[in-house]
Amino acid sequence: MSLLTPNPGLIFWMLVVFLLVVFILAKFAWKPIIKGLKDRENEIQGALDLAERTRAEMIQLKSDNEKLIAEANAVRDQILRDAKEAADRTILESKDKAAVEAQKMIEGARETIRNEQQLAVSKIRKEVAVLSLEIAEKVLQRELKDKEAQESLIAELASSARLN
Amino acid sequence: MYTHLRLFFTTALVVATCLFNAPAHAAEPTQHESGGVAEGINEQEHKIEHNLEESEEKFDIGSMIMHHIADSHEWEMTHGVTIPLPVILYSADRGIEVFSSSNFHNEHHEYNGYHLVHGESEQIVPVDESRKIYDFSITKNVASMLLSAVILILVFTSIASWYKNNKGKAPRGFQSAMEVIILFIRDEVVKPNVGPKYEKYLPYLLTLFFFILINNILGLLPGSANLTGNIAVTMTLAVLTFIIVHLNANGHYYKHLVKPTGVPAPLLLIMIPVEIVGVFMKPFSLMVRLFANITAGHIILLSLFGLIFIFQSFVIAPVISLFALFLNFIEIMVAFIQAFIFTLLSSMYIGSAIEDNHDADLGH
Repeated sequence: MSLLTPNPGLIFWMLVVFLLVVFILAKFAWKPIIKGLKDRENEIQGALDLAERTRAEMIQLKSDNEKLIAEANAVRDQILRDAKEAADRTILESKDKAAVEAQKMIEGARETIRNEQQLAVSKIRKEVAVLSLEIAEKVLQRELKDKEAQESLIAELASSARLN
Repeated sequence: MYTHLRLFFTTALVVATCLFNAPAHAAEPTQHESGGVAEGINEQEHKIEHNLEESEEKFDIGSMIMHHIADSHEWEMTHGVTIPLPVILYSADRGIEVFSSSNFHNEHHEYNGYHLVHGESEQIVPVDESRKIYDFSITKNVASMLLSAVILILVFTSIASWYKNNKGKAPRGFQSAMEVIILFIRDEVVKPNVGPKYEKYLPYLLTLFFFILINNILGLLPGSANLTGNIAVTMTLAVLTFIIVHLNANGHYYKHLVKPTGVPAPLLLIMIPVEIVGVFMKPFSLMVRLFANITAGHIILLSLFGLIFIFQSFVIAPVISLFALFLNFIEIMVAFIQAFIFTLLSSMYIGSAIEDNHDADLGH
Protein backbone atom coordinates (compact mmCIF):
# COMPACT_ATOMS: atom_id res chain seq x y z
CA MET A 1 0.00 0.00 0.00
CA SER A 2 2.92 2.33 0.59
CA LEU A 3 3.17 2.59 -3.19
CA LEU A 4 -0.23 4.24 -3.35
CA THR A 5 0.27 6.76 -0.56
CA PRO A 6 1.83 9.93 -1.90
CA ASN A 7 4.68 11.29 0.16
CA PRO A 8 4.08 14.96 1.10
CA GLY A 9 7.78 15.79 0.95
CA LEU A 10 8.02 14.48 -2.58
CA ILE A 11 4.90 16.40 -3.61
CA PHE A 12 6.48 19.56 -2.22
CA TRP A 13 9.72 19.06 -4.14
CA MET A 14 7.88 17.97 -7.23
CA LEU A 15 5.79 21.15 -7.19
CA VAL A 16 8.78 23.38 -6.60
CA VAL A 17 11.05 21.72 -9.13
CA PHE A 18 8.44 21.19 -11.81
CA LEU A 19 7.08 24.71 -11.60
CA LEU A 20 10.63 26.06 -11.69
CA VAL A 21 11.38 23.93 -14.73
CA VAL A 22 8.19 25.12 -16.42
CA PHE A 23 9.04 28.71 -15.63
CA ILE A 24 12.67 28.51 -16.72
CA LEU A 25 11.96 26.53 -19.86
CA ALA A 26 9.01 28.74 -20.81
CA LYS A 27 11.15 31.83 -20.48
CA PHE A 28 14.52 30.67 -21.77
CA ALA A 29 13.73 27.73 -24.01
CA TRP A 30 10.21 27.46 -25.34
CA LYS A 31 9.83 31.15 -26.10
CA PRO A 32 12.91 31.41 -28.35
CA ILE A 33 12.35 27.93 -29.80
CA ILE A 34 8.72 28.57 -30.70
CA LYS A 35 9.64 32.00 -31.99
CA GLY A 36 12.47 30.53 -34.06
CA LEU A 37 10.18 27.87 -35.47
CA LYS A 38 7.50 30.41 -36.28
CA ASP A 39 10.02 32.75 -37.86
CA ARG A 40 11.32 29.95 -40.00
CA GLU A 41 7.81 28.89 -41.00
CA ASN A 42 7.01 32.47 -41.90
CA GLU A 43 10.25 32.69 -43.85
CA ILE A 44 9.49 29.53 -45.78
CA GLN A 45 5.93 30.66 -46.36
CA GLY A 46 7.22 34.04 -47.45
CA ALA A 47 9.68 32.46 -49.85
CA LEU A 48 6.96 30.24 -51.27
CA ASP A 49 4.62 33.20 -51.62
CA LEU A 50 7.35 35.20 -53.31
CA ALA A 51 8.03 32.37 -55.75
CA GLU A 52 4.33 32.12 -56.47
CA ARG A 53 4.09 35.86 -56.94
CA THR A 54 7.15 35.89 -59.17
CA ARG A 55 5.70 33.10 -61.24
CA ALA A 56 2.42 34.98 -61.59
CA GLU A 57 4.37 38.09 -62.51
CA MET A 58 6.34 36.15 -65.10
CA ILE A 59 3.13 34.84 -66.61
CA GLN A 60 1.69 38.35 -66.50
CA LEU A 61 4.83 39.72 -68.14
CA LYS A 62 4.70 37.05 -70.80
CA SER A 63 1.09 37.71 -71.55
CA ASP A 64 1.81 41.42 -71.48
CA ASN A 65 4.56 40.91 -74.01
CA GLU A 66 2.28 38.87 -76.17
CA LYS A 67 -0.38 41.52 -75.89
CA LEU A 68 2.17 44.18 -76.80
CA ILE A 69 3.30 42.20 -79.81
CA ALA A 70 -0.30 41.61 -80.85
CA GLU A 71 -1.05 45.27 -80.41
CA ALA A 72 1.98 46.27 -82.45
CA ASN A 73 0.97 43.85 -85.15
CA ALA A 74 -2.53 45.23 -85.14
CA VAL A 75 -1.23 48.79 -85.35
CA ARG A 76 1.06 47.84 -88.20
CA ASP A 77 -1.78 46.17 -90.05
CA GLN A 78 -3.97 49.18 -89.47
CA ILE A 79 -1.29 51.51 -90.74
CA LEU A 80 -0.76 49.37 -93.82
CA ARG A 81 -4.47 49.17 -94.44
CA ASP A 82 -4.87 52.91 -93.99
CA ALA A 83 -1.98 53.59 -96.34
CA LYS A 84 -3.42 51.29 -98.94
CA GLU A 85 -6.80 52.88 -98.59
CA ALA A 86 -5.30 56.31 -98.88
CA ALA A 87 -3.37 55.31 -101.96
CA ASP A 88 -6.46 53.75 -103.50
CA ARG A 89 -8.44 56.82 -102.69
CA THR A 90 -5.81 59.09 -104.17
CA ILE A 91 -5.63 57.01 -107.29
CA LEU A 92 -9.41 56.99 -107.55
CA GLU A 93 -9.61 60.68 -106.93
CA SER A 94 -6.93 61.44 -109.49
CA LYS A 95 -8.67 59.17 -111.93
CA ASP A 96 -11.94 60.96 -111.36
CA LYS A 97 -10.24 64.31 -111.59
CA ALA A 98 -8.51 63.28 -114.76
CA ALA A 99 -11.78 62.06 -116.21
CA VAL A 100 -13.50 65.31 -115.26
CA GLU A 101 -10.62 67.26 -116.66
CA ALA A 102 -10.70 65.26 -119.84
CA GLN A 103 -14.44 65.75 -120.07
CA LYS A 104 -13.95 69.41 -119.51
CA MET A 105 -11.28 69.56 -122.16
CA ILE A 106 -13.49 67.61 -124.53
CA GLU A 107 -16.36 69.94 -123.75
CA GLY A 108 -14.11 72.90 -124.36
CA ALA A 109 -12.96 71.44 -127.60
CA ARG A 110 -16.51 70.76 -128.60
CA GLU A 111 -17.50 74.31 -127.70
CA THR A 112 -14.64 75.64 -129.70
CA ILE A 113 -15.53 73.39 -132.58
CA ARG A 114 -19.14 74.46 -132.34
CA ASN A 115 -18.19 78.11 -132.24
CA GLU A 116 -15.81 77.67 -135.13
CA GLN A 117 -18.50 75.80 -136.99
CA GLN A 118 -21.02 78.53 -136.34
CA LEU A 119 -18.49 81.10 -137.28
CA ALA A 120 -17.71 79.13 -140.42
CA VAL A 121 -21.40 78.67 -141.17
CA SER A 122 -22.14 82.32 -140.66
CA LYS A 123 -19.10 83.20 -142.80
CA ILE A 124 -20.30 80.77 -145.44
CA ARG A 125 -23.73 82.23 -145.19
CA LYS A 126 -22.30 85.65 -145.67
CA GLU A 127 -20.16 84.30 -148.49
CA VAL A 128 -23.13 82.48 -149.91
CA ALA A 129 -25.15 85.61 -149.67
CA VAL A 130 -22.39 87.56 -151.32
CA LEU A 131 -21.96 84.81 -153.85
CA SER A 132 -25.63 84.59 -154.40
CA LEU A 133 -25.76 88.28 -154.88
CA GLU A 134 -22.83 88.02 -157.26
CA ILE A 135 -24.47 85.11 -159.04
CA ALA A 136 -27.67 86.90 -159.14
CA GLU A 137 -25.87 89.91 -160.49
CA LYS A 138 -24.11 87.75 -163.09
CA VAL A 139 -27.31 85.86 -163.84
CA LEU A 140 -29.12 89.01 -164.20
CA GLN A 141 -26.42 90.30 -166.41
CA ARG A 142 -26.35 87.06 -168.47
CA GLU A 143 -30.09 86.69 -168.55
CA LEU A 144 -30.11 89.55 -170.59
CA LYS A 145 -27.83 87.99 -173.16
CA ASP A 146 -28.46 84.24 -173.35
CA LYS A 147 -31.00 82.11 -171.72
CA GLU A 148 -29.15 78.91 -172.14
CA ALA A 149 -25.99 80.24 -170.90
CA GLN A 150 -27.87 81.59 -167.92
CA GLU A 151 -29.13 78.21 -166.92
CA SER A 152 -25.80 76.48 -167.18
CA LEU A 153 -24.31 79.22 -165.23
CA ILE A 154 -26.85 78.86 -162.51
CA ALA A 155 -26.28 75.08 -162.34
CA GLU A 156 -22.60 75.60 -162.21
CA LEU A 157 -22.94 78.14 -159.50
CA ALA A 158 -25.29 75.94 -157.53
CA SER A 159 -22.99 72.98 -157.67
CA SER A 160 -20.08 75.08 -156.61
CA ALA A 161 -22.21 76.57 -153.83
CA ARG A 162 -23.17 73.08 -152.61
CA LEU A 163 -19.52 72.24 -152.15
CA ASN A 164 -19.31 74.79 -149.45
CA MET B 1 74.97 -36.60 17.47
CA TYR B 2 73.98 -33.41 19.24
CA THR B 3 75.00 -31.21 16.30
CA HIS B 4 73.12 -33.49 13.93
CA LEU B 5 70.06 -33.30 16.03
CA ARG B 6 70.33 -29.55 16.35
CA LEU B 7 70.74 -29.25 12.56
CA PHE B 8 67.67 -31.37 12.01
CA PHE B 9 65.51 -29.39 14.40
CA THR B 10 66.67 -26.10 13.02
CA THR B 11 65.93 -27.19 9.48
CA ALA B 12 62.58 -28.57 10.50
CA LEU B 13 61.76 -25.36 12.31
CA VAL B 14 62.76 -23.20 9.34
CA VAL B 15 60.76 -25.33 6.94
CA ALA B 16 57.81 -25.32 9.26
CA THR B 17 58.05 -21.59 9.75
CA CYS B 18 58.28 -21.10 6.02
CA LEU B 19 55.35 -23.35 5.43
CA PHE B 20 53.17 -21.76 8.06
CA ASN B 21 54.14 -18.21 7.36
CA ALA B 22 53.95 -18.33 3.57
CA PRO B 23 50.40 -16.86 3.41
CA ALA B 24 51.31 -14.37 6.08
CA HIS B 25 54.35 -13.24 4.10
CA ALA B 26 52.28 -12.86 0.99
CA ALA B 27 49.70 -10.76 2.79
CA GLU B 28 52.26 -8.76 4.62
CA PRO B 29 53.01 -6.02 2.02
CA THR B 30 49.36 -4.96 1.64
CA GLN B 31 49.04 -4.82 5.37
CA HIS B 32 52.11 -2.66 5.55
CA GLU B 33 50.94 -0.28 2.85
CA SER B 34 47.33 0.20 3.87
CA GLY B 35 46.70 -1.42 7.17
CA GLY B 36 43.31 0.07 8.04
CA VAL B 37 41.80 -0.08 4.57
CA ALA B 38 42.59 -3.77 4.18
CA GLU B 39 40.88 -4.45 7.43
CA GLY B 40 37.87 -2.50 6.18
CA ILE B 41 37.83 -4.43 2.93
CA ASN B 42 38.02 -7.68 4.80
CA GLU B 43 35.15 -6.59 6.92
CA GLN B 44 33.11 -5.66 3.87
CA GLU B 45 33.96 -8.94 2.20
CA HIS B 46 32.70 -10.69 5.24
CA LYS B 47 29.57 -8.64 5.08
CA ILE B 48 29.02 -9.37 1.41
CA GLU B 49 29.64 -13.04 1.97
CA HIS B 50 27.24 -12.91 4.83
CA ASN B 51 24.69 -11.14 2.65
CA LEU B 52 25.19 -13.62 -0.14
CA GLU B 53 24.72 -16.50 2.23
CA GLU B 54 21.64 -14.84 3.52
CA SER B 55 20.25 -14.21 0.09
CA GLU B 56 21.11 -17.69 -0.98
CA GLU B 57 19.20 -18.95 1.92
CA LYS B 58 16.16 -16.84 1.22
CA PHE B 59 15.81 -14.57 -1.80
CA ASP B 60 12.77 -12.42 -1.20
CA ILE B 61 11.78 -11.22 -4.66
CA GLY B 62 8.86 -9.17 -3.37
CA SER B 63 10.91 -7.01 -1.06
CA MET B 64 13.61 -6.71 -3.71
CA ILE B 65 11.09 -5.30 -6.17
CA MET B 66 9.52 -3.00 -3.59
CA HIS B 67 12.95 -1.78 -2.59
CA HIS B 68 13.69 -0.84 -6.21
CA ILE B 69 10.37 0.81 -6.89
CA ALA B 70 10.04 2.73 -3.66
CA ASP B 71 11.71 5.96 -2.75
CA SER B 72 14.79 5.97 -0.53
CA HIS B 73 16.81 8.40 1.53
CA GLU B 74 20.02 7.33 -0.19
CA TRP B 75 20.85 6.57 -3.77
CA GLU B 76 22.02 3.00 -4.12
CA MET B 77 23.65 2.85 -7.54
CA THR B 78 24.45 -0.82 -7.17
CA HIS B 79 25.01 -3.17 -4.30
CA GLY B 80 27.48 -1.50 -1.98
CA VAL B 81 27.81 1.76 -3.96
CA THR B 82 25.57 4.17 -2.20
CA ILE B 83 25.39 7.93 -2.39
CA PRO B 84 24.13 9.48 0.83
CA LEU B 85 21.53 12.19 0.28
CA PRO B 86 20.64 15.10 2.53
CA VAL B 87 17.83 14.58 4.97
CA ILE B 88 15.76 17.69 5.58
CA LEU B 89 13.31 17.53 8.44
CA TYR B 90 10.99 20.13 9.80
CA SER B 91 9.44 19.93 13.21
CA ALA B 92 7.71 22.61 15.19
CA ASP B 93 10.03 22.30 18.16
CA ARG B 94 13.42 21.88 16.41
CA GLY B 95 12.82 23.84 13.22
CA ILE B 96 14.61 22.77 10.08
CA GLU B 97 17.27 20.10 10.46
CA VAL B 98 19.61 19.08 7.66
CA PHE B 99 21.99 16.14 7.88
CA SER B 100 23.35 13.38 5.68
CA SER B 101 21.43 10.15 5.39
CA SER B 102 24.72 8.31 5.95
CA ASN B 103 24.27 9.17 9.63
CA PHE B 104 21.69 6.40 9.79
CA HIS B 105 24.36 3.85 8.94
CA ASN B 106 24.57 2.38 12.40
CA GLU B 107 23.24 -0.63 14.13
CA HIS B 108 19.88 0.80 15.10
CA HIS B 109 19.49 3.15 12.12
CA GLU B 110 19.17 5.98 14.58
CA TYR B 111 20.52 9.50 14.56
CA ASN B 112 19.76 12.59 16.55
CA GLY B 113 16.50 11.25 17.86
CA TYR B 114 15.25 9.99 14.51
CA HIS B 115 14.81 6.46 13.39
CA LEU B 116 15.01 5.30 9.76
CA VAL B 117 12.44 2.58 9.30
CA HIS B 118 13.13 0.08 6.54
CA GLY B 119 9.74 -1.32 5.95
CA GLU B 120 7.80 -1.65 2.77
CA SER B 121 9.00 1.89 2.20
CA GLU B 122 11.61 3.92 3.97
CA GLN B 123 10.41 6.38 6.52
CA ILE B 124 12.01 8.63 9.09
CA VAL B 125 10.16 8.63 12.34
CA PRO B 126 11.05 10.43 15.54
CA VAL B 127 12.10 8.21 18.40
CA ASP B 128 9.89 10.30 20.60
CA GLU B 129 6.48 9.24 19.31
CA SER B 130 4.71 12.41 20.43
CA ARG B 131 6.70 14.62 18.05
CA LYS B 132 5.37 15.41 14.60
CA ILE B 133 7.90 15.84 11.81
CA TYR B 134 7.65 16.79 8.18
CA ASP B 135 10.11 15.07 5.89
CA PHE B 136 11.36 17.30 3.06
CA SER B 137 14.44 15.19 2.41
CA ILE B 138 16.21 15.15 -0.90
CA THR B 139 15.34 11.53 -1.48
CA LYS B 140 16.43 9.40 -4.39
CA ASN B 141 13.39 10.53 -6.35
CA VAL B 142 13.96 14.20 -5.59
CA ALA B 143 17.61 13.90 -6.57
CA SER B 144 16.63 12.18 -9.80
CA MET B 145 14.04 14.88 -10.42
CA LEU B 146 16.64 17.59 -9.88
CA LEU B 147 18.97 15.76 -12.25
CA SER B 148 16.26 15.57 -14.89
CA ALA B 149 15.43 19.25 -14.36
CA VAL B 150 19.06 20.17 -14.90
CA ILE B 151 19.23 17.99 -18.03
CA LEU B 152 16.01 19.52 -19.38
CA ILE B 153 17.15 23.07 -18.74
CA LEU B 154 20.62 22.49 -20.22
CA VAL B 155 19.31 20.68 -23.29
CA PHE B 156 16.54 23.06 -24.15
CA THR B 157 18.31 26.30 -23.37
CA SER B 158 21.15 25.11 -25.61
CA ILE B 159 18.63 24.33 -28.34
CA ALA B 160 17.05 27.73 -27.80
CA SER B 161 20.43 29.40 -28.21
CA TRP B 162 20.84 27.53 -31.49
CA TYR B 163 17.69 29.18 -32.75
CA LYS B 164 19.00 32.56 -31.69
CA ASN B 165 22.44 32.10 -33.22
CA ASN B 166 21.50 30.31 -36.42
CA LYS B 167 18.60 32.33 -37.65
CA GLY B 168 17.64 31.48 -41.21
CA LYS B 169 19.79 28.34 -41.31
CA ALA B 170 18.62 24.81 -41.93
CA PRO B 171 18.13 22.75 -38.76
CA ARG B 172 20.78 20.13 -38.08
CA GLY B 173 22.02 17.59 -35.56
CA PHE B 174 20.53 17.16 -32.13
CA GLN B 175 18.58 20.37 -32.42
CA SER B 176 16.72 19.12 -35.45
CA ALA B 177 15.95 15.83 -33.70
CA MET B 178 14.39 17.73 -30.81
CA GLU B 179 12.65 20.05 -33.21
CA VAL B 180 10.78 17.11 -34.71
CA ILE B 181 9.40 16.19 -31.29
CA ILE B 182 8.59 19.79 -30.39
CA LEU B 183 6.79 20.26 -33.69
CA PHE B 184 4.94 16.99 -33.22
CA ILE B 185 3.73 18.06 -29.78
CA ARG B 186 2.79 21.49 -31.06
CA ASP B 187 1.12 20.52 -34.32
CA GLU B 188 -0.32 17.10 -33.61
CA VAL B 189 -1.07 17.20 -29.90
CA VAL B 190 -1.57 20.75 -28.65
CA LYS B 191 -2.88 22.67 -31.65
CA PRO B 192 -5.74 20.35 -32.66
CA ASN B 193 -6.84 19.62 -29.11
CA VAL B 194 -6.50 22.94 -27.32
CA GLY B 195 -7.76 25.05 -30.19
CA PRO B 196 -6.85 28.50 -31.44
CA LYS B 197 -5.64 29.77 -28.04
CA TYR B 198 -3.08 27.00 -27.78
CA GLU B 199 0.00 29.20 -27.47
CA LYS B 200 -0.78 30.12 -23.87
CA TYR B 201 -0.63 26.47 -22.79
CA LEU B 202 2.15 25.33 -25.07
CA PRO B 203 5.05 25.96 -22.63
CA TYR B 204 3.35 23.97 -19.87
CA LEU B 205 2.41 21.09 -22.16
CA LEU B 206 5.84 20.93 -23.78
CA THR B 207 7.52 20.91 -20.39
CA LEU B 208 5.07 18.27 -19.22
CA PHE B 209 5.88 16.04 -22.15
CA PHE B 210 9.63 16.33 -21.91
CA PHE B 211 9.63 16.10 -18.11
CA ILE B 212 7.67 12.85 -18.18
CA LEU B 213 9.65 11.53 -21.12
CA ILE B 214 13.07 12.16 -19.65
CA ASN B 215 12.08 10.77 -16.26
CA ASN B 216 10.53 7.69 -17.88
CA ILE B 217 13.76 7.08 -19.73
CA LEU B 218 16.00 7.89 -16.76
CA GLY B 219 13.91 5.45 -14.76
CA LEU B 220 14.84 2.66 -17.15
CA LEU B 221 18.56 3.09 -16.47
CA PRO B 222 20.00 0.65 -13.96
CA GLY B 223 20.35 2.11 -10.51
CA SER B 224 18.04 5.02 -11.20
CA ALA B 225 14.99 6.24 -9.41
CA ASN B 226 11.44 5.34 -10.33
CA LEU B 227 10.17 8.92 -10.46
CA THR B 228 7.24 8.78 -12.89
CA GLY B 229 6.20 5.52 -11.26
CA ASN B 230 5.73 7.38 -8.01
CA ILE B 231 2.18 8.35 -7.23
CA ALA B 232 3.18 11.63 -5.56
CA VAL B 233 4.80 12.79 -8.79
CA THR B 234 1.99 11.76 -11.10
CA MET B 235 -0.50 13.22 -8.65
CA THR B 236 1.29 16.56 -8.68
CA LEU B 237 1.29 16.61 -12.47
CA ALA B 238 -2.36 15.61 -12.67
CA VAL B 239 -3.34 18.22 -10.10
CA LEU B 240 -1.43 20.89 -12.01
CA THR B 241 -3.35 19.98 -15.15
CA PHE B 242 -6.57 20.01 -13.14
CA ILE B 243 -5.78 23.48 -11.77
CA ILE B 244 -4.88 24.82 -15.21
CA VAL B 245 -8.07 23.40 -16.70
CA HIS B 246 -10.29 24.89 -14.03
CA LEU B 247 -8.57 28.26 -13.85
CA ASN B 248 -9.01 28.76 -17.58
CA ALA B 249 -12.36 27.04 -18.10
CA ASN B 250 -15.07 29.26 -19.52
CA GLY B 251 -18.66 29.69 -18.33
CA HIS B 252 -19.90 27.17 -20.78
CA TYR B 253 -17.75 24.49 -19.17
CA TYR B 254 -19.12 25.17 -15.70
CA LYS B 255 -22.66 25.52 -17.00
CA HIS B 256 -22.29 22.18 -18.70
CA LEU B 257 -21.44 20.61 -15.33
CA VAL B 258 -24.65 21.65 -13.58
CA LYS B 259 -26.92 21.67 -16.62
CA PRO B 260 -25.81 19.33 -19.36
CA THR B 261 -27.58 20.33 -22.55
CA GLY B 262 -29.92 17.92 -24.22
CA VAL B 263 -30.49 15.83 -21.10
CA PRO B 264 -34.10 15.32 -19.94
CA ALA B 265 -34.84 16.74 -16.50
CA PRO B 266 -35.27 13.42 -14.63
CA LEU B 267 -31.92 12.24 -15.91
CA LEU B 268 -30.23 15.31 -14.47
CA LEU B 269 -30.39 13.62 -11.07
CA ILE B 270 -27.96 11.05 -12.40
CA MET B 271 -26.10 13.17 -14.90
CA ILE B 272 -25.00 15.97 -12.59
CA PRO B 273 -23.21 13.64 -10.13
CA VAL B 274 -21.74 11.79 -13.08
CA GLU B 275 -20.45 15.03 -14.57
CA ILE B 276 -18.98 16.15 -11.26
CA VAL B 277 -17.35 12.79 -10.63
CA GLY B 278 -16.03 13.01 -14.20
CA VAL B 279 -14.29 16.27 -13.38
CA PHE B 280 -12.25 14.56 -10.67
CA MET B 281 -11.97 11.33 -12.58
CA LYS B 282 -9.99 12.97 -15.34
CA PRO B 283 -6.96 13.98 -13.25
CA PHE B 284 -7.30 10.78 -11.26
CA SER B 285 -7.06 8.72 -14.43
CA LEU B 286 -4.08 10.81 -15.53
CA MET B 287 -2.39 10.13 -12.22
CA VAL B 288 -3.10 6.41 -12.15
CA ARG B 289 -2.34 5.79 -15.82
CA LEU B 290 1.20 7.12 -15.71
CA PHE B 291 1.93 5.69 -12.27
CA ALA B 292 0.55 2.25 -13.09
CA ASN B 293 2.18 1.97 -16.49
CA ILE B 294 5.64 2.90 -15.31
CA THR B 295 5.45 0.96 -12.08
CA ALA B 296 4.08 -2.10 -13.85
CA GLY B 297 6.93 -1.94 -16.36
CA HIS B 298 9.47 -1.77 -13.55
CA ILE B 299 7.83 -4.60 -11.67
CA ILE B 300 7.83 -6.84 -14.74
CA LEU B 301 11.48 -6.12 -15.47
CA LEU B 302 12.48 -6.62 -11.84
CA SER B 303 10.48 -9.84 -11.64
CA LEU B 304 12.36 -11.16 -14.66
CA PHE B 305 15.69 -10.30 -13.09
CA GLY B 306 14.44 -11.82 -9.88
CA LEU B 307 13.70 -15.06 -11.70
CA ILE B 308 17.36 -15.29 -12.62
CA PHE B 309 18.28 -15.22 -8.94
CA ILE B 310 15.55 -17.65 -8.03
CA PHE B 311 16.46 -20.26 -10.65
CA GLN B 312 20.22 -19.64 -10.58
CA SER B 313 20.57 -21.66 -13.74
CA PHE B 314 22.88 -21.04 -16.68
CA VAL B 315 20.17 -22.32 -18.98
CA ILE B 316 17.36 -20.12 -17.83
CA ALA B 317 19.34 -16.95 -17.21
CA PRO B 318 20.12 -16.15 -20.89
CA VAL B 319 16.53 -16.81 -21.91
CA ILE B 320 15.24 -14.50 -19.22
CA SER B 321 17.88 -11.92 -20.12
CA LEU B 322 16.70 -11.96 -23.72
CA PHE B 323 13.14 -11.58 -22.59
CA ALA B 324 14.13 -8.72 -20.29
CA LEU B 325 15.93 -7.07 -23.20
CA PHE B 326 12.78 -7.33 -25.28
CA LEU B 327 10.73 -5.86 -22.45
CA ASN B 328 13.24 -3.06 -22.09
CA PHE B 329 12.55 -2.05 -25.68
CA ILE B 330 8.86 -2.12 -24.94
CA GLU B 331 9.49 0.00 -21.87
CA ILE B 332 11.29 2.59 -24.01
CA MET B 333 8.23 2.67 -26.23
CA VAL B 334 5.99 2.96 -23.17
CA ALA B 335 8.15 5.84 -21.94
CA PHE B 336 7.31 7.78 -25.10
CA ILE B 337 3.70 6.65 -25.29
CA GLN B 338 2.90 7.55 -21.70
CA ALA B 339 4.51 10.97 -22.00
CA PHE B 340 2.55 11.48 -25.20
CA ILE B 341 -0.74 10.30 -23.69
CA PHE B 342 -0.38 12.45 -20.59
CA THR B 343 0.26 15.49 -22.76
CA LEU B 344 -2.49 14.58 -25.21
CA LEU B 345 -5.10 14.09 -22.49
CA SER B 346 -4.00 17.25 -20.68
CA SER B 347 -4.42 19.24 -23.88
CA MET B 348 -7.79 17.61 -24.53
CA TYR B 349 -8.99 18.54 -21.04
CA ILE B 350 -7.76 22.09 -21.46
CA GLY B 351 -9.28 22.26 -24.94
CA SER B 352 -12.66 21.01 -23.81
CA ALA B 353 -12.72 23.53 -20.96
CA ILE B 354 -11.89 26.59 -23.05
CA GLU B 355 -13.74 25.85 -26.28
CA ASP B 356 -16.50 28.24 -27.27
CA ASN B 357 -18.39 25.77 -29.40
CA HIS B 358 -21.81 25.30 -27.86
CA ASP B 359 -22.63 22.32 -30.02
CA ALA B 360 -19.66 20.45 -28.68
CA ASP B 361 -21.65 18.26 -26.31
CA LEU B 362 -23.71 16.82 -29.12
CA GLY B 363 -20.85 14.48 -29.71
CA HIS B 364 -20.89 13.11 -26.17
